[in-house]
Amino acid sequence: MSFSFFVAAGFTVAGALAAMVLRNLIHCVLALVVGFAGLAAVYLQLGAQFVGLAQIFVYAGAVAILAAFVILLTQGVEHSTRPAAAMDWAVGALLACGVFAVLAWAVVRGVARLPIPAQPSDAGVHAIGDAMLHRFVLPLEVAGLLLTVALIGAVLLAMRDGEAGA
Amino acid sequence: MSNFILQLLTWIHALAASTIGHALLMVVPVLVVFPMLFAVTTLLERKGLGRMQNRYGPNRAGPWGLLQPMADGIKALTKEDVVPAAADRWVHFCAPVLMVLSAFLVYAVVPVSRTWVVAPLRAGVLYFFAAGSLMEIAVFMAGWSSRSQYSLLGAMRALAQMISYEIPLVLSAVVAVMAAGSLSMVEIVRRQAGYTGVWPHWFVLTPWGLVGFALFLIAATAESNRSPFDLPEGESEIIAGYYIEYSGFKFAMFFLAEYLGMFAISAMGITLFLGGWSAPFAFLTWIPSWIWFFAKLLALIAGFIWIRGTLPRLRMDQLMRFAWEFLLPMTLCNLFVAGAWKFLPPGVLRWLGCALVLLAAYWLLGRRLEQRGGLARRTYRFAE
Repeated sequence: MSFSFFVAAGFTVAGALAAMVLRNLIHCVLALVVGFAGLAAVYLQLGAQFVGLAQIFVYAGAVAILAAFVILLTQGVEHSTRPAAAMDWAVGALLACGVFAVLAWAVVRGVARLPIPAQPSDAGVHAIGDAMLHRFVLPLEVAGLLLTVALIGAVLLAMRDGEAGA
Repeated sequence: MSNFILQLLTWIHALAASTIGHALLMVVPVLVVFPMLFAVTTLLERKGLGRMQNRYGPNRAGPWGLLQPMADGIKALTKEDVVPAAADRWVHFCAPVLMVLSAFLVYAVVPVSRTWVVAPLRAGVLYFFAAGSLMEIAVFMAGWSSRSQYSLLGAMRALAQMISYEIPLVLSAVVAVMAAGSLSMVEIVRRQAGYTGVWPHWFVLTPWGLVGFALFLIAATAESNRSPFDLPEGESEIIAGYYIEYSGFKFAMFFLAEYLGMFAISAMGITLFLGGWSAPFAFLTWIPSWIWFFAKLLALIAGFIWIRGTLPRLRMDQLMRFAWEFLLPMTLCNLFVAGAWKFLPPGVLRWLGCALVLLAAYWLLGRRLEQRGGLARRTYRFAE
């Protein structure tokens, strides 16, 4: 655990917290970007270049922007008088504990079954590309198909009546 | 005098040997050279555009107006920094900072010369696009925080445009990555470094490379918001778009970031398709590599200025239609051809066959774009 890890982790946690408690929804999205960037820094620090850069490229670059778009298009930003996370504290806490328990259980069991190697494995771009296009090519194709179906569905939903021929 | 130079050289050598000194020697030139290039380019652009429009351009500050960038800089520094009363102060302040930050971050992986690359990452191309995508957030922050209709409209236009053109941009770059078999920009340049006779092995000399380079340049023009894709800042409609509410030095920072972005994306085009810092002919390799890099960069910048002086601005629906109905299928077709190129036996026939497929795709897609009314007069629902 180096100093840079604590900086990155601090940014991640602070960004995530701010995304929950801020009142202005656009500020929440920007805080979320900080969180994404912190997470990417953690990945990069672990030597996972591909995952870290993809995290910035996809999440900070595209997902956050889309979230901001959706917020601007659907509702007024300033009218929310309470933080987004203030729905129901008890239910939220229960859910959070549940999710944390499942994740912790998975991590503990996972470590028991697959011990962490002393030498970091090669998480290089080459290795990931090889794995994706050789061993895991079918899941990749299925994921692509799923995304295509979702895209077509979105276009069909957005299309106004009587415009189908155009 | 020569004694002094010798001493300076030994001193620099000693500096380069230490880790921090090495980092300084790599980073500081980037922070100095590219902003200087920005200053020179603003002058060249205004002069060049002036000539194309039958006027002189700036000619008051210094001989032939050479000191105009200095005058502009001093003006920007001494101007009042106006922040709109309704603006979101923090976000309004952070936007230009993030913008310039992401513009500089990109240069970390650009191989400027044989030895000068700040961080030779293995996933350099990915890093380049990831760092560049932070610019979109900065644009959004600027447009939204200013609390002005013009700003917000400009930001929305910019985002729609940048997200749409990012796809053809990345897909046209993938062709070179595929051919080099590496995401490292240093490695991509190295793969283009050889010569056959006097001719280089640049990717632009193959059919898919030529088409990929053209597509990349088009998408790059859109990505850096330059004419004819400058809708986000269209002066005649939304004045300056997302940075209309910025004045003084913050405005200058947006300006700087925009030009740095243009240089960076040109550098990317040079690296991917024009052989990076390598010389165009085998008998010219004695000229230092960084001279070739900057010569190519200036040539591309001249091209950008020329295009700006020639083409009118597109309309929003034309812009989107062009990206999704022409550029995207064309890049996919190019990907296919580049894949086939790898498995076909080398020779003239391979070159001609691949070129023919790409020409056919170009012709079909272009015809379709015209027939589907992409360029026709638009009927407005709310205006007129």
